[in-house]
Amino acid sequence: MKIEFNVNPELLKLYNAFKAKGLTPRQKQTILLELHDTGTHDAHDMSGYDKDAKIEMVFRPPHNLYEHDDFSALQAIPRFQSTYVSRIRSIDELLERDKRREKDGFPRKIRVGRLVKPGKGGKDKIVIVPTTVEEKFIHDTSFKSSGEDAPSGGSGEGEEGEVIGEQPVRAPDGSGTGPGEGQGGPHEMESSAYDLGKILTEQFELPNLKDKGKKRSLTRYTYDLTDRNRGFGQFLDKKATLRKILETNISLGLLPDIDRIDSTRFLISPDDKIYRILSREMDYESQAMVFFLRDYSGSMAGKPTQLIVAQHVLIYSWLLYQYARQVESRFILHDTEASEVPDFYTYYNSKVAGGTKVASAFRLVNDIVEKENLVKDYNIYVFHGTDGDDWDADGKETIPEIKKMLVYANRVGITIAENGLGATQTSEVEKYTKASGLLDEKPDLLRLDVMKQDADEPRLIEGIKHLIS
Amino acid sequence: MELIDQHTKKIMEGCKERARKVGLRFEDETLEYIVTNRDLLELSPKLMIPTLYDYWVHDVDVIKEKGRYELYPANPYETVINTRPAISFYNDNNPDWLNVMIFYHVLAHIDFFQNNLFFRHSWDYDFTGQALSDKRIIAKLRAEKGRWVDYVIEFSRGIDNLAGFHEELTRLNCMNITNGSKRMDFYFDVFLQSEKKVKTSEYLKEIERYNDCVSKFGDLAEQTFFAEVITKYPEFEAVLEKSTTQKPKQKMDLIQFLMENSEVLNKDENKWMKSVLQVVRKTSIFFQPQIRTKIMNEGWASYWHEKLFLQDDRIKGHEVEFARINAGVTSMPRVGLNPYALGMRLFSYIEEIADKGKYSIDFKRLHDAEERDQFDTHTGQGQDFIFNVRENLCDFMFVNNFVEQDFVTRHKLFVAGKRLNTAKMVWEYYVKSRKAEDYRQMLIDSLYHPPHIEIDMGKNTNNTLYLMHHFEEKPLVSEFIANTMLGIEYLWGGPVQLETSEIISTPTSQGQNALPGSLIPMKAEDTEPDVKWQRVLYTMEKRKLSKKTI
Repeated sequence: MKIEFNVNPELLKLYNAFKAKGLTPRQKQTILLELHDTGTHDAHDMSGYDKDAKIEMVFRPPHNLYEHDDFSALQAIPRFQSTYVSRIRSIDELLERDKRREKDGFPRKIRVGRLVKPGKGGKDKIVIVPTTVEEKFIHDTSFKSSGEDAPSGGSGEGEEGEVIGEQPVRAPDGSGTGPGEGQGGPHEMESSAYDLGKILTEQFELPNLKDKGKKRSLTRYTYDLTDRNRGFGQFLDKKATLRKILETNISLGLLPDIDRIDSTRFLISPDDKIYRILSREMDYESQAMVFFLRDYSGSMAGKPTQLIVAQHVLIYSWLLYQYARQVESRFILHDTEASEVPDFYTYYNSKVAGGTKVASAFRLVNDIVEKENLVKDYNIYVFHGTDGDDWDADGKETIPEIKKMLVYANRVGITIAENGLGATQTSEVEKYTKASGLLDEKPDLLRLDVMKQDADEPRLIEGIKHLIS
Repeated sequence: MELIDQHTKKIMEGCKERARKVGLRFEDETLEYIVTNRDLLELSPKLMIPTLYDYWVHDVDVIKEKGRYELYPANPYETVINTRPAISFYNDNNPDWLNVMIFYHVLAHIDFFQNNLFFRHSWDYDFTGQALSDKRIIAKLRAEKGRWVDYVIEFSRGIDNLAGFHEELTRLNCMNITNGSKRMDFYFDVFLQSEKKVKTSEYLKEIERYNDCVSKFGDLAEQTFFAEVITKYPEFEAVLEKSTTQKPKQKMDLIQFLMENSEVLNKDENKWMKSVLQVVRKTSIFFQPQIRTKIMNEGWASYWHEKLFLQDDRIKGHEVEFARINAGVTSMPRVGLNPYALGMRLFSYIEEIADKGKYSIDFKRLHDAEERDQFDTHTGQGQDFIFNVRENLCDFMFVNNFVEQDFVTRHKLFVAGKRLNTAKMVWEYYVKSRKAEDYRQMLIDSLYHPPHIEIDMGKNTNNTLYLMHHFEEKPLVSEFIANTMLGIEYLWGGPVQLETSEIISTPTSQGQNALPGSLIPMKAEDTEPDVKWQRVLYTMEKRKLSKKTI
């Protein structure tokens, strides 16, 4: 098989190494697909439009008749979008009501929804709102499953059959409306994630993470006599005071011979007295460290990434809420190599490209944990999301890393969102993880969740339950 | 909310004067309020009726994507509401000239509310007052019964789109235009059609025979006519006798039927539920005409605001600003539908055609294109004609009668199709058809149309309520069926069945994915798939839903 030249030589080496060990045709195909992927990992941007294109781009789907109203048409009063804050106030009450429904024997009605508010320049905001729907008997107009949508009206020039506009199926650069693909300032992201977490714990009653170690409290103020003050105070620090006195007297020349100290000749200045005074200090120790690992290789394009990112948003939000932002999170992205990114925003928005080596991510986590000696102070949780493809098809590198990790980690949760490329086969990661027997050996420490690419939100949450319970 | 100031009110009164002069008719009193964003936040979930009853769903964002307008007959952002007096809402910083334009728009809406026959049932009372007393009833019940009130509201709202709006209108608009003979009416309207189920040709023959009788025998026509009828149908007199003694049966919609016949609702301790059902039904029926006259109502208002604004002597010098705003409101979108633009153009077109006398037999007999084009009898009846249209039609009739090829051609209208281009991964919008009939059909398809579901009395057995969904080549949204039926079961107190049609899911060839990870399977050139239908029967019993094919 010939390989073209514009491929990353490092990757090529890797590929050849794997090839030498023997690959099935399917593995070869997936690897090659990723190898030739020319994508990069930049965050999304919206510059992808060809402005000179002859065909005009229609960004929004056309309005139907009933979407028009006098307020926006005549008085330019926009449809009022109430702020999220005003909604969250009543959320407790709503969820309480929802719980009641169940007791009364009716299905729950409140759902946690994510709205993507399209913004200028692609800066969509993601807002989380409680939603519901009033069910009625209504006609389903979308039942015709042909490639055409319901026709709309139009006006102006154009022959019959002529194409007059285009709308990308996926928004440019794969930044769709799906979870994890929208754009938001990091801050915006954070605050709504916090609210989502609140809703999640209330609604789904996710089990809490286990407490570990003595440092239970995550944040507290400790009042301690640690600040030093000269001249007056609550508690005389004798050692420090003596040192100070010595210092003073040395400079006064009252200590001629270091071997025979005659303290009776010492002068003591009022300033030499060092006192301890009360100080308020924040005890800022986190008890948990959560590693988010995401496969951002080429095969993750589209749905698998959306699912993984959506699930990680949910976990992240929930942690933010439950642990009042005191859980430390680390974010690691990997293709054939792993790298740590500074914040959730980058983690969330980086595009997919490149090949896949799951081991690299686990190795990086192991390195970080070792180097920073995290085991001593932290509960360590690792959540990994992938589509299950791995160039290292039998996990020769990955399994040892996982084993190493299980020694210290409180829980390792692996989510596989199938990409549908090898529809009927189980993915490599699933295969070798199962084959390793670790799942049965340490069911408490390692969890694996496999979902189809059409998984919906309830499925994601179920997945989280499985990973965390 | 506060009223507009005296200065602005004076402008409004000036507008009323001018609007009356051109023939718009509306009651003297109107109320205009300034609204802030905060007010809108409160008002929009309540469909701009400040006194509408409270319901928790109003506090939640309602999921919008799935046929929102099919679920709600009212626009939550109406500037003017159909009350007595009519209430309208304004931004507090509109300049005077803009207010003039909006006032004309609003006045035309009020004219429409108060003259279009589809609003007939709302003419005799003030809805805000009614709603206030309903709100108090519900608040009082809620204090007594707690959350159960909300369940009843929820379940009755689940079926409020099946409320018999047209039946209500029929009751009100029932005209007694018979020539006095009950026997004649019964023979032609009921006996021949429902009892004997005669063919159309025979029916026409009978009419002809009657007309013969009239021309031959004059006053004795009826007698002669029926002499023959009785020889043909000896039982006729007996059937007529029976029908006159029987009370005319009123057709009931689902909510009415439940109130009348549900054992649960008629238990003493549950009687309160009926008032909730009544409130929900009344509210739904009040809003129904709004959504059924969207194109006409907005078209009518736009037609008049443009016409009256340009004639108004008070605001000279703002023509350019007006033109900008007006174009924004009434320009035809390249793709999509705008009821303002479409309705306004259609009204103008109808006026012109009527002015030329083209809605006449003479014109319809012409075949020569040139002659048709030149045809003009200068009737001067255009204005009267459109006033008639605004009085008597709803959107369906408006579109169905008047969207014709000349109109479509003049405004360069077309049906815009949307298809997937798999090579470029884009949705393509294209000109699908410029034929009037296609355009008309597209419009009709996009109009509000709730499913036609009736109670099948013949199949109501053993305390089971049997609902029949009449087939109109559209299935119901399947994920809503369970909860809707759950609600009906609760209100009915026994098993509920729904007969409806569904598409037989044919195994679609699971094509290969076009791109890794993308969800759109590669497809051969789009061929219209053959849709096969089957009747299915849903049964909701003890809060469990089951389905079987029949």
